[in-house]
Amino acid sequence: MSRSLKKGPHIDIKLEQKVFKMNDGKKKTVVKTWARGSMISPDFVGHTFAVHNGNKFIPVYVTENMVGHKLGEFAPTRTFRGHSGGKDKGGK
Amino acid sequence: MARISGIDLPKHKRGEIGLTYIYGIGRSTAQYILGKAGIPVDKKVDEWNDKELTDIRTIINDEIKVEGSLRSEVQLNIKRLMDVGSYRGIRHRSGLPVRGQRTKNNCRTRKGKRKTVANKKKVTK
Repeated sequence: MSRSLKKGPHIDIKLEQKVFKMNDGKKKTVVKTWARGSMISPDFVGHTFAVHNGNKFIPVYVTENMVGHKLGEFAPTRTFRGHSGGKDKGGK
Repeated sequence: MARISGIDLPKHKRGEIGLTYIYGIGRSTAQYILGKAGIPVDKKVDEWNDKELTDIRTIINDEIKVEGSLRSEVQLNIKRLMDVGSYRGIRHRSGLPVRGQRTKNNCRTRKGKRKTVANKKKVTK
């Protein structure tokens, strides 16, 4: 089910404020964040976020096309290396 | 013969059903089109006269995205997901279900025919 339009998009408040601060100061630093559920707002474009995937922070550079998606969509939480005994012998 | 946006409609079916043979038109859209053109839903495709046909054509042309343009739009949306590197795009790329379905079994539509892997020989003690 999709989110109620009444509420507007969910954007992590603290993260948004940090971005605003950077936009004002024309600075660009990597922001560490755990807010995977936060929507990418148009202000985020051009910044790099280090999105936590449960293990480490994945750098995500936000482009125009990503607006409207959520940060977590770009930091995969699972790694699949293929099944055992497949074509490539010798494992990892 | 009724030919609308590059598709031959079945002659002997009711208009409401016949229109759904076009990609992008389902039951409700078909009903909407016929209602707007003022054609009874139960009228067979064969029984439409030329004026009714042109009415239907103009409505489809002006308001509804069908066939090629719709297909390409869908493809573009998928391509955008893949380019942007989102989770859904990655699932599209690897040919696995996109919306969080289980993949332990089933999902044969996405994965295609079963490819059996020869099972490992058991080590006998």
